[in-house]
Amino acid sequence: MQYLEGRKYVVQAIFLAVALVFATRLFYIQVLDGSYKLAADRNTLQRIVQPPYRGLIYDRKGQILVQNTPVYDLMVVPREVKNLDTLRFSELLQLPLADVREALQAARKFSRVKASPLVQNLSTPELAAIQDNLIDFPGFSVKARMARSYNTHTMAHALGYVGSITPKLLERPQYAKYQPGEFLGITGLESYYEKQLMGRRGVQYRMVNVRGIEKGAFRGGEYDTLSVAGQDLHLSLDSDLQAYAEQLMAGKRGSVVALDPKTGEILVFVSAPMFDPEMLSGKGMGNRYMELLNNPEQPLFNRPLMATYPPGSTFKLVNELVALQAGVVTPQTPFPCNWKLVRCTHRHEYPSNVGIAIKQSCNPYFYQVMRATVLRGRSTNRFEDARLGLGEWRRKVRQFGLGEKLGVDMGQEKKGLIPSPEFYDKRNGYHRWSFRTVYSLSIGQGEIGITGLQMANIMATIANRGWYYTPHFVSSVGQSGPLPEYKVKHTVGVDPIHFEQIIPGMQSVVDGKGGTGNNASLLDMGISVAGKTGTVQNPHGEDHATFAAFAPAQDPKIAIVVFIENAGFGGSSAAPLAALIMEKYLRGEVAPWRKRWEAWLPGSADRFIVRRRH
Amino acid sequence: MNTPARYNRSIDWVTVLLYLLMVGVGWLNVYAASYSPDAPDNPLSSLSFSQLMGYDWFKQIIWIGTALLLLVIVLVIDPKVYDTFAFGLYGVMIVLLIVTPFIARPIAGSRSWLELGPVRLQPAEFAKFITALAVSRYLASINLRQQSFRDQLVLAGLTLLPPLLIIAANETGQALVFGAFLLAYFREGMSPLMLVILAAGGIILILALLVPKLWLVLALTGILVAVLVANRRALRHHLPLSVGVWAVVVGMVFGVDFFFNNVLQDHQRKRIEVLINPSADPLGVGWNVTQSKIAIGSGGLAGKGFLQGTQTKFDFVPAQSTDFIFCTVGEEWGWVGTTVTIVLFMVLLMRVVYVAERQKSVFGRTYGYCVASIFFFHFCVNIGMTIGLAPVVGIPLPFFSYGGSSLWSFTTLLFILLAIDAARKQDLERY
Repeated sequence: MQYLEGRKYVVQAIFLAVALVFATRLFYIQVLDGSYKLAADRNTLQRIVQPPYRGLIYDRKGQILVQNTPVYDLMVVPREVKNLDTLRFSELLQLPLADVREALQAARKFSRVKASPLVQNLSTPELAAIQDNLIDFPGFSVKARMARSYNTHTMAHALGYVGSITPKLLERPQYAKYQPGEFLGITGLESYYEKQLMGRRGVQYRMVNVRGIEKGAFRGGEYDTLSVAGQDLHLSLDSDLQAYAEQLMAGKRGSVVALDPKTGEILVFVSAPMFDPEMLSGKGMGNRYMELLNNPEQPLFNRPLMATYPPGSTFKLVNELVALQAGVVTPQTPFPCNWKLVRCTHRHEYPSNVGIAIKQSCNPYFYQVMRATVLRGRSTNRFEDARLGLGEWRRKVRQFGLGEKLGVDMGQEKKGLIPSPEFYDKRNGYHRWSFRTVYSLSIGQGEIGITGLQMANIMATIANRGWYYTPHFVSSVGQSGPLPEYKVKHTVGVDPIHFEQIIPGMQSVVDGKGGTGNNASLLDMGISVAGKTGTVQNPHGEDHATFAAFAPAQDPKIAIVVFIENAGFGGSSAAPLAALIMEKYLRGEVAPWRKRWEAWLPGSADRFIVRRRH
Repeated sequence: MNTPARYNRSIDWVTVLLYLLMVGVGWLNVYAASYSPDAPDNPLSSLSFSQLMGYDWFKQIIWIGTALLLLVIVLVIDPKVYDTFAFGLYGVMIVLLIVTPFIARPIAGSRSWLELGPVRLQPAEFAKFITALAVSRYLASINLRQQSFRDQLVLAGLTLLPPLLIIAANETGQALVFGAFLLAYFREGMSPLMLVILAAGGIILILALLVPKLWLVLALTGILVAVLVANRRALRHHLPLSVGVWAVVVGMVFGVDFFFNNVLQDHQRKRIEVLINPSADPLGVGWNVTQSKIAIGSGGLAGKGFLQGTQTKFDFVPAQSTDFIFCTVGEEWGWVGTTVTIVLFMVLLMRVVYVAERQKSVFGRTYGYCVASIFFFHFCVNIGMTIGLAPVVGIPLPFFSYGGSSLWSFTTLLFILLAIDAARKQDLERY
């Protein structure tokens, strides 16, 4: 039997071999392979992101405009849905059957086991209507969150709206921290100040067991952070004045921008046709958005920032200032109202100085002013002379903030166009254009394009006699004042004396006998308005009317531009509206005898204004 | 004469200490696995007895206490009893195994638990040491040098009858343990060819599941041709045998599917599928294995610390205080803990082999090897399944897993050997 004793070594070797295999395998999965640790954390750690409280928005007088209210999303976990009576369910939700089916299909496609929103933005009463019945529908639950609600029916374009983030935005690096379905500002101030309004998300790590039941904080909450509420925005917009301006613009197409020239703060910002900001919040917001988007009147188009028009006669002021600064004319320089050069607006007295020219808006006069600016004999070639002169003119004009984004605190802003010599070189050919080609610029017509905001900024610059602050909506972010870029004073390269030389002319436009802007006079209230009318030729239909002004002329507190599409002569349509707004701002109310102007330009109101249907 | 005092010089204290150490460490892990963070700080004084009975760790204290009592009884009984009554016990056990499925209530899918008041016992657990006694007794009674075919048949019958009855009660895992007896038989002279054939058969079964069958047949044919070409003698004298073996093996390859699909039960098939491909049944058996590996793998080198395991505590691991107790060891004590556990088992196995080898009687030695083999099988399959190296088979890890039946059974198994061992010295002194 001795030979069998050796077999104990075989048995022992088998034991040891298995032990070695186990120890090696354990070393691999426990020490070398880190993936099991990650898997363990995925198992038990739940990252809960706490959305911060979005900052509120206040108006100039501290009145709250935009706030947060709880809304409810109806969530569905497709796997848990049992024997769903789709018809009864859609009746309960008061939604079309097809919509419910489609939403359920989308949810199933997203995930069978994870909750996805079926109907978003239910209000508290809407929730109350369905909540009791939800118990009959397994797989559906309600999630509360904060959403925007509005204390105003105005200034939708300025405020912008909040919506869930689109897949396209999610790909951008600045939105890396956003989760799909998270809400953010899409347009307007909500978008521009997203970072400030948003605040900081809180993150909590919770441990959960296999059934997803919470088992307390991870490491005593060592890694948790609290959410930090967003900063409030204090707007310079005055909601009463804004409401008044929107009421005046009801049924029209156009824009109104009013600034406080001393600060660059925007007081009124109207883009007509308007809509109620509430339309882009709450249940059914997607459908209402499409309604607005497809409306032929384009209510979503932010006209003061995006619509660029030739400025018309109001631009004559800029040309005059450039010419005065260049020294090619003096205020006393007479130019004949020569209809051979360009047709004038009407028959009027001889423009023996700039005051009369402005008051009568004399086209030939300003033709000759600009010709003096452009054609300076820099070259014996008249084409080259015009080319050099226009380039010089353009540099001066651009100092007024034209042809360039002003940098208002809102996206969407357009640059406008101040045509360069190269522009005409390209269009007409090098040395194949002269002053005769570009003379329309002298009266604000032709290739030039300016936004309503830029025009208002020109008025503020004239009111300030040569400088401006970049227009902005937000006078204070939280407690810390406006953004730093709105504390920088810009000068336009024209001496104050030249402004003083044209302002009396602008005053006579409004207050002088036979001035084109007499309808805007507030002289009966002791307020002197300096303004300029404009009528923009429109090849597609009736001319556009503009009126640009500031008041009081000697101590300006408001600069305003009213632009009404297809309203004809600026003096008769735009001027009275501007006067009403200025009076309301300066005096707080409108004199009874001037109230007739409120209905002066009745539009086909309700066709344009879009209110939320209740 | 029959007092424990007569053992104090002759008992193998190394094994006793190892046993106490493993039971102690095992209890700590059962405590960690069944400890509830919501329970009061001092549960022993603040909870009632019936509340405490809701915790595995508390019940395990009772099991350990009774096991200690049991081991004293085992040591007190004259070891000749085990020899003498081996067949008698075997007969009683067979009867119990037969009647159990008829009188037991179904628990967890099998009718294998007998309930005696508050105590639940699984006869299959005790079948192990009783069968070990019986086969040792039988081997001691025959002439090992000149075994007749009839002897071998009787031995095979003795070994296979209990597992067949256990399979009938749907406790396949417990039945497989009896395969471990082959190691003991090997020590007593069984042809090593048996082990080699079994190992080769196992490898072919696994290959048949992993590799396309055609390739496997081609490879086997290639081996046959290579052997015949290289060994002319085999070609001349053993051609029918070689081709016969080849045919049997190829038959096995194709038989695997039949075995797999028609013989194995659904859950058994899944457990093997999962072993080959862990993502085969991600939410069923695969989930258990995956979570078990995650729990052990997340322990790292030194572990998360006593009571700090998250995967086990939050119920990601199934049967965490019984069959998957090794997960708690791995998660809370890390690689250091698992290796120490493995080393503990190795030391125990080596000591048992050492004790077995010093027996003068065939009965004692065979029994000793049976003990080592049973422990080894449990060790292999239990730890193997928690780390994805063996199919999920519901058998406990000796001394670690929670449970009265298994602790009593392992204790009895081990201490009968110690009793026999101690008596060996007595015998020497007597003669």
